[in-house]
Amino acid sequence: MKYVAPSSVEEATSLLSTSPSAQVFAGATDVVPQLRAGRPAPEVLVDLKKIEELVSVANDGDKWTVGAATPTANLTEDEAFSEEFPGLAEAAGLIGSDQIQNRSSLGGNLCNGSPAADSVPAMVVNGARAVVAGPNGTRVLDVAEVVTGPGQLALEADEFIVEFEIDRIPARTGDAYLRMIPRTEMDIAVVGAGARVTLAEDGSIEQAALALAAVAPTCVRVPDAEAALVGKTANDEILSAVAAAASEACDPIDDKRGTVAYRRQVAGVLAKRAVLIAIERAEQRNGTN
Amino acid sequence: MAVVEENPGYKWVGTRPIRPDGLEKVTGKAQFGADLMLPGMLFGKVVRSPHAHARIISIDTTAAEAMVGVKAVITGSDFPDLAANGAHPSEIDVANNTIAREKVLYEGHVVAAVAATTRDQAEAAAKAVEVTYEILPHVLTVDEAMADDAPLLHEGMITKGVDPAPEEASNVASKILHERGDLDQGFGEADAVVEREFTTKPVHQGYIEPHAAVADANSDGRAHIWCSSQGHFQMRAYSASVLGISPGMLKVTAAEIGGGFGGKTVIYLEPLAVRLSQRAGRPVKLVMDRDEVFRATGPTSGTRIKVKMGVSKDGKITAAEVWMAYEAGAYAGSPVGAAGMTAIACYDIPNFVVEGYDVVCNKPRVAAYRAPGAPMAAFAVESVLDELARDIGMDPIEIRLANAAVEGTQASYGPKFPRIGFVETLEAIKDHPNYTAELGPNQGRGIAAGFWFNAGMMSSATVHINENGTATVVTGSPDIGGSRQSMALMAAEELGIPYESIKAVVADTETVGFNDVTGGSRVTLATGAAVVDACRLIVEDLRARAAKTWDVELDQVEWVDGQAQHAEGAQPPLSLKDLAAKSGRTGGPISANASLNSRGVGAGFSTQLCDVEVDPETGVTRVVRYLTAQDAGRAISPDYVEGQMQGGVVQGIGWALSEEYIHDSDGVMENPGFLDYRIPVASDLPMIDCAIVEVPNPAHPYGVRGVGEVGIVPPMAAVGNAINDALDVRMTDLPMSPVKILEALNDQGD
Ligand SMILES: Cc1cc2nc3c(=O)[nH]c(=O)nc-3n(C[C@H](O)[C@H](O)[C@H](O)COP(=O)(O)OP(=O)(O)OC[C@H]3O[C@@H](n4cnc5c(N)ncnc54)[C@H](O)[C@@H]3O)c2cc1C
Repeated sequence: MKYVAPSSVEEATSLLSTSPSAQVFAGATDVVPQLRAGRPAPEVLVDLKKIEELVSVANDGDKWTVGAATPTANLTEDEAFSEEFPGLAEAAGLIGSDQIQNRSSLGGNLCNGSPAADSVPAMVVNGARAVVAGPNGTRVLDVAEVVTGPGQLALEADEFIVEFEIDRIPARTGDAYLRMIPRTEMDIAVVGAGARVTLAEDGSIEQAALALAAVAPTCVRVPDAEAALVGKTANDEILSAVAAAASEACDPIDDKRGTVAYRRQVAGVLAKRAVLIAIERAEQRNGTN
Repeated sequence: MAVVEENPGYKWVGTRPIRPDGLEKVTGKAQFGADLMLPGMLFGKVVRSPHAHARIISIDTTAAEAMVGVKAVITGSDFPDLAANGAHPSEIDVANNTIAREKVLYEGHVVAAVAATTRDQAEAAAKAVEVTYEILPHVLTVDEAMADDAPLLHEGMITKGVDPAPEEASNVASKILHERGDLDQGFGEADAVVEREFTTKPVHQGYIEPHAAVADANSDGRAHIWCSSQGHFQMRAYSASVLGISPGMLKVTAAEIGGGFGGKTVIYLEPLAVRLSQRAGRPVKLVMDRDEVFRATGPTSGTRIKVKMGVSKDGKITAAEVWMAYEAGAYAGSPVGAAGMTAIACYDIPNFVVEGYDVVCNKPRVAAYRAPGAPMAAFAVESVLDELARDIGMDPIEIRLANAAVEGTQASYGPKFPRIGFVETLEAIKDHPNYTAELGPNQGRGIAAGFWFNAGMMSSATVHINENGTATVVTGSPDIGGSRQSMALMAAEELGIPYESIKAVVADTETVGFNDVTGGSRVTLATGAAVVDACRLIVEDLRARAAKTWDVELDQVEWVDGQAQHAEGAQPPLSLKDLAAKSGRTGGPISANASLNSRGVGAGFSTQLCDVEVDPETGVTRVVRYLTAQDAGRAISPDYVEGQMQGGVVQGIGWALSEEYIHDSDGVMENPGFLDYRIPVASDLPMIDCAIVEVPNPAHPYGVRGVGEVGIVPPMAAVGNAINDALDVRMTDLPMSPVKILEALNDQGD
């Protein structure tokens, strides 16, 4: 196994094109445990952290750009970002522990392809886009399109994510992410729920997005819940509809971490709670940013 | 801290000095089992069964032996056949568990081992050992193992303790029975009766340091073993037996130990390392990975327990009927015996039957775990008692006080209790502010109690006075809970010199007299008594030397505050330092040995108060407040006593809420790592409040009882009772996971 650390996107893509079994990595908090557990080692491990744009958090006035290999600690410590996207910052801040977050990246969290990845629902509800580099230049994918199944990506073998783009948050908008784990930390989501809500001037819900983790082969959106919310103000009846739609959207498995029935029921509970937090945050963010 | 009997003016005993092993541990200098490196040392790797139950048809080691760097490959046939040699069945089981001969009995059972120049070479060679198995049907639980048509692990196993002995073999190794009074009469007198059935899963001791051993064999048949264990004399005895040699051929040095909790009182790697070293002619190191620790060491039993108890209106328990089956894992020897003796030992009950079964199944052989056997039984009994208290409208402390065992009570397992402190622990809880702290929404409060015998057994100690008047205290009891500090504190008290002037060390099997394992909470009691005896011999010797120096009778010399004083003050005092400096002229080096078989144990009791908050929509339970009151007899080192009390509680909370072995239908463990085998992390827990109760044990010079174990007995019931208080659901199946709690709440809603 060879280790290389290219310093530009072009160098990285050409390395990936010439070595068929090359694999990129950022924090390696998924890669190293997987290799240790006996997953076949690639011929070349390509470290993305030496490429400048992959390790940065920037705001050009219209959108935020987060380098795909940026340690999530940089994100959670960025006060302006965390204030604007508290839900996404909280999701990133749930990954592992302080030690893990000094290495773990959004790119790695997404491209590991785990349905339980915490930052993914929060990125999805915020409409995050992935800028993907390949031998023929770059293309842009919605984050929601990147993972197609457990460990399976819509990227070619010689492509990788350079950065994520997230549009500045509109007025009267809030996001939230909640997860259920049996412990308080160092665990993997049994259920995760990300929500984002934009309120109209009159306080009714203008836009809503809800996405769930760990309850299906990939992160799932819950359009029925979103539809139930839009045009309404949240009340018990609507929140019950949100919970029911979330439970319905689940396609979970029985495993050592939880049962189908449990995941369905708790997906509804967390969906409802995440929506409530998002609404509260939206109400607080009355002006523009 | 609830001190029941005042400290009689001790200067060192009962103080909280800085721990002696802290510096080396935090700076990484301490040598744990895996740290030793020897010149020319090879790395070993063990080959383990992927099947829960299978016959070994053949093992082909040729490919592995031919690989680069490989220096030795061994299998079961490299060890003597103890069965053919007529060894005791328990020795045969230890040998077969160390390396399988004809059959593998659990996933992870050792079938071969290799040694090579590098770790990678050893791992590759281990994969190249070809084992052909005939897979056999397996049984994973007591229910499966006790079923009529269950496949047998041991074809000749006839249940012991049944009269007449059964003719047919079964998976039930033995039956135990304790009876008193008349059950029918007792239940007839009851105003309330509760009957419930409980199940618990195997749980691992969860020590952070994996097992590790280095062996260096000589061509004369002798060998030196370095290992992390709870008793290097025991490791020597077991290893010698498996290797078929005399224990004197082995020298065992105890490494620092990173946790044991009972799980390091048994051998796994040591004889394999010795045999590999003999074959290779080089030292060999074997270290387990975490998944090997889970798959092949520990755990303690999974159980099924039925309890029926009756109480009169005034809260007196009139009858108790307990039936229990404990998984032993692959070989006989679950802790059901101790479970039977402890189940109702807290209480004075006139009529009872306690019946238990030791059941083998295709899981790793169980090992001791803190108060082995008692916690599961207490979970069942203390849950039922809680329910009875509710049924008759009595406070849970009061119902326990109404039945509590006291000095003179005939214990359910036979003897009369000497002085004990159970009532005092109940009162310490009642007196504590936590008992009346206000509960919030979805919060509940639970109480439970527990008993553990504590062990005595054999210990030796040597005390040397150094030439400058400082002292070295040498024992053979590995320090897993702070015993070096306790030994030094007792020696300081006896010798009258500062704690800082004393170094306590753990010596190898050739340097100090025999010591039984560090287990049964016995070290501060028994090894401590040996240290006190040795110190008293030293003081005798010092007085004699002073008498000789002053040319007076021995009875004219007193030992006060670390110096010899003339009874009438006719001579200036001689300090230990003075006497040490003169030792060459007064009889030579000052040193003493003491060995003993403990003069009497002091039973331990603990009562605990737990507040939980349950999220009724997700079933997640958080412990928000926890208080443990335990009778220490005398807390020699209160810091370490509290550490033991808190540690037991924390492990009990893990057992209650999140820890369990999960096997798939093939009998393969699905969660052999700390991600999915969930021991609590720091943020899962509140500060565990401690109330040390001190009712001295009359059989120890300072009143010590053991403190290491009883703390793990009450937590599961305390947590379960608290959950019941919060939500009115009685949880009877451990762990009380969010999934199960939500199911129970859903059922309640139906
Ligand atoms: C102790 C521990 C606790 C954890 N807890 C959590 C948790 O609570 N929640 C959670 O969601 N995860 C958790 N994880 C998993 C892991 O930390 C996260 O998924 C993390 O975000 C991965 O980021 P990374 O940069 O370390 O990924 P890496 O290991 O570097 O990469 C992961 C995968 O993504 C690919 N990849 C990385 N970057 C890119 C890119 N830019 N473009 C294309 N492919 C890429 C790699 O090839 C690899 O397949 C935990 C891991 C550990 C070890």
